[in-house]
Amino acid sequence: MTVLTDIPEKWLPVVLPIKKKKKAGFGGGKSKKKRTEEERRVKANDREHNEKFQYANNCIVTSKYNILTFLPVNLFEQFQEVANTYFLFLLILQLIPQISSLSWFTTIVPLALVLSITAVKDATDDYFRHKSDNQVNNRQSQVLIRGSLQNEKWMNVKVGDIIKLENNQFVAADLLLLSSTEPHGLCYIETAELDGETNMKVRQSVSVTAELGDPNNLASFDGEVVCEPPNNKLDRFCGTLYWREKKYPLTNQNMLLRGCVLRNTEACYGLVIFAGPDTKLMQNSGRTKFKRTSIDRLMNTLVLWIFGFLVCMGVILAVGNAVWEREVGSLFQSYLPWDPPVDNFMFSAFLSFWSYIIILNTVVPISLYVSVEVIRLGHSYFINWDRQMFCSRCNTAAESRTTTLNEELGQVEYIFSDKTGTLTQNIMTFNKCSINGQTYGEVTDPLGKQPKRLDFTPFNPLANPDFCFYDEKLLESVKVGDLHTHEFFRLLSLCHTVMSEEKSEGELVYKAQSPDEGALVTAARNFGFVFRSRTPGTITTTEMGRTVTYSLLAILDFNNIRKRMSVIVRNPEGRICLYCKGADTVLLERLHPCNQELMSITSDHLNEYGADGLRTLALAYRELSEDEWEAWSESHRCADKATDCREDRLAAAYDKIEQDMKLLGATAIEDKLQEGVPETIALLSLANIKIWVLTGDKQETAVNIGYSCKMLTDDMTEVFIIGGHTVQSVRQELRSARERMMELSRGKTEGMEAWAEACFMGNGMKDGQEGDCTTGRGSKQLHCSSLPPSASGDMDSISGEFALIISGHSLAHALEADMEAEFVSTACACKAVICCRVTPLQKAQVVELIKKHKKAVTLAIGDGANDVSMIKSAHIGVGISGQEGIQAVLASDYSFAQFRFLQRLLLVHGRWSYLRMCRFLCYFFYKNFAFTMVHFWFGFFCGFSAQTVYDQFFITLYNIVYTSLPVLAMGVFDQDVPDHRSLEYPKLYEPGQLNLLFNKKEFFICITQGIYTSVVLFFVPYAVLSDATQSNGVPLADYQTFAVTTATALVIVVSVQIALDTGFWTVFNHMFVWGSVGSYFTIMFALHSQTLFRIFPNQFRFIGSAQNTLLQPVVWLTIALATAVCVVPVLAFRFLKLDLKPQLSDTVRHTQLVRQKRRKPGGRSIGGAWRGTGSVSEGRLGARGGSRRSGYAFSHQEGFGELITSGKNMRLSSLALANFASKHSSSWIETLRRKKTNHTPPSTSGECSPAPSNVSGTCPALSNSSSVLGGSQETPIEEETDAAVVLSSSSHPAASEPAEPRAPAQVAPVDSSTSAAARTDSPGGWARSLETVQEALFGRRGCASASNTQVPPCDATETPPH
Amino acid sequence: MVKEEQEESSNRPDNTAFTQQRLPAWQPILSASIVIPMFLLIGAAFIGVGVALFITSRDIQLQELDYTGDDSEHPCFKCRTNTEKCTCSMTFSIPTLFKGPVFFYYGLTNYFQNQRKYGASKDDNQLYGDLNYFTSPSTDCDPYTRDSKNMPIVPCGALANSMFNDTFTLSHTVNGVQKIVPLDGKGIAWWTDYNIKYRNPSITPLINAFNGTKKPTNWPKPIYELDTTDVYNNGFINQDFLVWMRRAALPDFRKLYRRITHDDYAAGLPAGNYTLTIAYNYPVHSFNGKKKVVLSNVSWMGGKNDFLGIAYIVVGSMCVVMSVVMLIVYARFKFAEDV
Repeated sequence: MTVLTDIPEKWLPVVLPIKKKKKAGFGGGKSKKKRTEEERRVKANDREHNEKFQYANNCIVTSKYNILTFLPVNLFEQFQEVANTYFLFLLILQLIPQISSLSWFTTIVPLALVLSITAVKDATDDYFRHKSDNQVNNRQSQVLIRGSLQNEKWMNVKVGDIIKLENNQFVAADLLLLSSTEPHGLCYIETAELDGETNMKVRQSVSVTAELGDPNNLASFDGEVVCEPPNNKLDRFCGTLYWREKKYPLTNQNMLLRGCVLRNTEACYGLVIFAGPDTKLMQNSGRTKFKRTSIDRLMNTLVLWIFGFLVCMGVILAVGNAVWEREVGSLFQSYLPWDPPVDNFMFSAFLSFWSYIIILNTVVPISLYVSVEVIRLGHSYFINWDRQMFCSRCNTAAESRTTTLNEELGQVEYIFSDKTGTLTQNIMTFNKCSINGQTYGEVTDPLGKQPKRLDFTPFNPLANPDFCFYDEKLLESVKVGDLHTHEFFRLLSLCHTVMSEEKSEGELVYKAQSPDEGALVTAARNFGFVFRSRTPGTITTTEMGRTVTYSLLAILDFNNIRKRMSVIVRNPEGRICLYCKGADTVLLERLHPCNQELMSITSDHLNEYGADGLRTLALAYRELSEDEWEAWSESHRCADKATDCREDRLAAAYDKIEQDMKLLGATAIEDKLQEGVPETIALLSLANIKIWVLTGDKQETAVNIGYSCKMLTDDMTEVFIIGGHTVQSVRQELRSARERMMELSRGKTEGMEAWAEACFMGNGMKDGQEGDCTTGRGSKQLHCSSLPPSASGDMDSISGEFALIISGHSLAHALEADMEAEFVSTACACKAVICCRVTPLQKAQVVELIKKHKKAVTLAIGDGANDVSMIKSAHIGVGISGQEGIQAVLASDYSFAQFRFLQRLLLVHGRWSYLRMCRFLCYFFYKNFAFTMVHFWFGFFCGFSAQTVYDQFFITLYNIVYTSLPVLAMGVFDQDVPDHRSLEYPKLYEPGQLNLLFNKKEFFICITQGIYTSVVLFFVPYAVLSDATQSNGVPLADYQTFAVTTATALVIVVSVQIALDTGFWTVFNHMFVWGSVGSYFTIMFALHSQTLFRIFPNQFRFIGSAQNTLLQPVVWLTIALATAVCVVPVLAFRFLKLDLKPQLSDTVRHTQLVRQKRRKPGGRSIGGAWRGTGSVSEGRLGARGGSRRSGYAFSHQEGFGELITSGKNMRLSSLALANFASKHSSSWIETLRRKKTNHTPPSTSGECSPAPSNVSGTCPALSNSSSVLGGSQETPIEEETDAAVVLSSSSHPAASEPAEPRAPAQVAPVDSSTSAAARTDSPGGWARSLETVQEALFGRRGCASASNTQVPPCDATETPPH
Repeated sequence: MVKEEQEESSNRPDNTAFTQQRLPAWQPILSASIVIPMFLLIGAAFIGVGVALFITSRDIQLQELDYTGDDSEHPCFKCRTNTEKCTCSMTFSIPTLFKGPVFFYYGLTNYFQNQRKYGASKDDNQLYGDLNYFTSPSTDCDPYTRDSKNMPIVPCGALANSMFNDTFTLSHTVNGVQKIVPLDGKGIAWWTDYNIKYRNPSITPLINAFNGTKKPTNWPKPIYELDTTDVYNNGFINQDFLVWMRRAALPDFRKLYRRITHDDYAAGLPAGNYTLTIAYNYPVHSFNGKKKVVLSNVSWMGGKNDFLGIAYIVVGSMCVVMSVVMLIVYARFKFAEDV
């Protein structure tokens, strides 16, 4: 019964150390030291020395058994289950003859069955754990042993070993970097697995070890490292290296942590400091808890209640027995004396209590847990088998890695998502650009065929073949030699910090520290401006086939405040030019006034790009005269040399020169979302699931992605940014956000009322207003005007759409005990929450917080090792598979390749699982109560003697044979509505969240029904049979006839009941239902046959009963009567409920079936009322607002400029490094380090939040205003040509997904936009009056002004005025 | 998509109706067009059957005579506490012909044959004629396993020990002369009991099989002397014994004693006065039980059973009423939508 078990930490490498250690303590005694480990001493190349400390080695064990220990350990574990122990206890009770009311086999057969099924399952699980342990433990790494490199398995790597890592290898343990093939002991790592940041990071070895270089020297290295004990702080390491009587301090900068990947570095050597469970990755992975679903918990509670109920019944019957024995039994002793040990009625009652506990134990169905397991296993297989969750690109199918959580998938309320790799593909593509007021890359013909991908090869032999661009005009413009275009790409090829590597002629590899920059340089490369190589002082490019070498005069490096970077170069002709790229917000301010017109056009373009969720950069240049350069160069040198406030002085110097620039244009980079992300998010939020993004990435990036996946939209009332560094400031920010929300929603509510009134007075167009006010607010409230103003400060009644963005360091404060409630209430009032720069542990904390405060089911989805802790602490963890790195997958409960499969996992599989499980449980409790309670009633007629009503074989087989399969078939196969319907009507998901289908109330209903059935099943045969006789005069009231009649009636009633409950009759259901009834009769006749009786006359006492009984018409009349009395009320009740209070699923099912039956093509309108509240629109979801969200959204780090100019990272030995000032070399890495710890300064909300004016009245915000979609379902599809609609559906290929089921949904956006447009157009003066009212109320111009232009509002904002 | 379909990839799950959960399925819904007619149909059927049952049941005649003798006026009152053999007789009259075949039952009330201990107190192996269990009966029979001299009791157990041993004679007063009504005791037990479940040991004479065993303490004579006239009605397969051993499900029960199928009475008991003579042996006074004799005839569906007919009529009418209610509800709330 795994339900109750602590399933061990799931799968491998991310084991929880805490628990493991405890276990290891017994075996190897390894952990003894661990508890007291205060510092770690590791001596390189000295295994004997290190062995003394018994540090954990790199081996990871997650399996629980081996062949020998399996049986005892597994049985021991199984008997730790309350339920199993209980049944064992019953078994022992049954062996006491005075108590035994049933044969021993009635309990042992089911118990053995249950135990063996569970054991088989445990064995299978453990086998896979062994397999995956082996897989990780057997990865190869090269270890330096006695002076030579030897291949060793990961598990054999020990603390103190020196191992060699090669490019793109995973780091096997936490290493101290000793040396690398790169100069200065540098190496580059990608830490995405650890913290989710995708940019490359630099690590440098201590200089003395860096010189060691090759293995021969390293073999004799005998330094000793003394450092802190294992901990989970990813960004901190503190230790000292003692070598040759000298001390060298060690920091995190010298460490390579397990889980990182070596990049751009041929090879490096490292000393193992922490291994296996001690590594930071493992320490960070949080505690593995055995996950239990809420249904499990409820079930356990209910089982306890049932136990209580059982004891009550036992007591009642025991009291009955006492009374009976006193009043009747004592007088009856002439025929039935008391058993020898029984000397008074009290003792008899005591024994009878236990006897009744044995008999009535079937109310706690022994097969419950095992059946639940089987059902979940079935659901898991369905998830694994789902082709619609199969990603053909990476050839991975969805995998359900646990089999215990399925129904919880149908109850999710909060989703916590990682960004990189989960929402995004982490691929940047150069998507669009605007050059000199001309935009390129716009796909203009959405209905036409897929535009052709440009082929660069004939034009440019150096082009990167992987680069995609579709707009021929741009290439034309390059070819004809448009000056602006050339300058544009020249800028891109010069202004960056990319390093190039040219292995052979023309085979260029760019090493960009951020993928955006790589994308820009690659774009320039393909359009003929190829960046070839750089030295500290030069940049060599090939421009339109001509090699040009620029001398690099200065790099004005990027930082978070400047949000831009520039280079100053001198071209071969001697002209000095400053090229700058940066966030438009900062760049556009620094343009020369003559750029005004171009600026406004470019600005429009930028808005467009921004609305599409692209990351934008503005590009500008400035020619410098020699004098200007000289002058500035001097001041720059000054600033650079300054010892105090160097930063500020440099910034001021940069600021001085980056003025009066000429605008070149803008670029738009797409941070490619995973397929179908916006649609999925929209669908899930329609299903009332809240989505939080938790990312280690920077705020700008996170916000940008938030917009591009439509979590944030321009229609949002306000976006709050919490970025405070201190407790007070965070508290203050949270408080003011709440106040603002309250104020806005109050204002709005009042405003709405007033507005509605005004409209009504004005033109009496009530319908229009209602439709529109819901649209405008974008809130899910239909009764917008009836919302009470939230003056009380109740955060639940906040209306309107808010978003909250909080950064890691603020989060740290917000998660403190005294503020967390405040944080939760603020965050939960928001529609979207984005946490950026969070550490893995914080991710888990956020999840825990919601679990604690909201009592809601949470789901965490992520792809990297940094998500592991979150995945583990959420109720359900989902890992994105198919990418590099499997840490997240291994820690997860479900894994699949694409974020968009989440909708299917939740809305289809989860919903079905929940539904099936609930129906299963209801029925299961029902059937056991119906079965068992008959004994209770019989007790009153048999002197409370614990006489069973049924044959003991019937009792044994009832739960495991006669009634198990039909309900299992229902639990596995049942469907109320088909899968595509549940995607179409996300509202169908809500019953699960509200826990409507199985809760205490439902439980009481079904046990009441069970008890009712038992009453009928006992008293109807009682009334009929007591005086009945066979047609040959033999009375029918003998015990065996009664038993057979009741049992048969019971089997038939519960079979009819399951037939009623089953909504989806597959072959299996038919087979099992009919089969069960058939098997009942077959087995009964067999058990009552002569053959068995002749062998065991003592056991098969019911010989002949079946035939004697079932040949009597009265018996069948009794059974029919009992069945009718049991079933007819249920049937009537269900029918009336269906008619009077239909659930959404009933309606959908009904329309579905009616449609199927009628095959009416035009049936789309059926159920239209429901669609209104539930259906989702695909395609373009957000209205194009005017917000500008460009930022220098690079995942960029400061300091690379300096690194380049210092030449430190360049391998060209020919470089005259001496030319460069030595202070550079010490400062660049300082800068890097400092920047890493120094976080983004708090930004004001203004930058990212759309201006309040965007709270539009008329822009149809499709994502949420589903209420508009209701009315006009019959809009002809032809209107789809409306250009506004299809745009983004073509840019996201997801739209071409399983086309057939979604087809109706795709119509929705058309409907709404057209209807909205119609509404805006037709009533004269409507738009105007709207605007007026708005202005009057809010004192600001809304987006209504756009609709003033008498065109559909969407288009109005899209097309910039020319 | 098309391209991908063609591509054979190893991990792609099979595209079968089963794995994709697209199995063809019958999806019943409780639509009005099914439920309401169904209710009507069930209702009609139940009412029909109920009426038939009720009428049949009414035609069945039943004559019940309580002979416990609690009442001091009662002829059997004297026997009530008498431990010695005692005979009493009761007279009754039958107004019209009591149609045959007539069945003669004895009934007991407040008698807990369904008590667990009581019911379990027998040894089926012994009763199956297994001689091994003659010498060492199952402990289930306690405390009637062995007598005070530690001799095994056959048949052991409380159930056998308490066998009903009143005997009855029925006489018809024809012209003032008592005429004994012949009672037929053949085939009153279950066929399976008589032929399979209970067996005498295959030792002749039967008495030898019981060497070294004792009769049940309450019994006046041993099991092999229950019916000395008929070797096939003796020992464990004695019909009265079998009838007794088939324990009743409820504390008030009646068991078949004899059939009246012979001679003049094959067609039934003619109207007239009858005398029932009871050899009153079986004490029920101690536990407030009652003893009675029941004469009854049967129909195709067995003995008199008013409850069944009434229940069917009630359930049937409820169904009809429900279907009307549902129709009203349906018409009010759903009709417009559905059409």
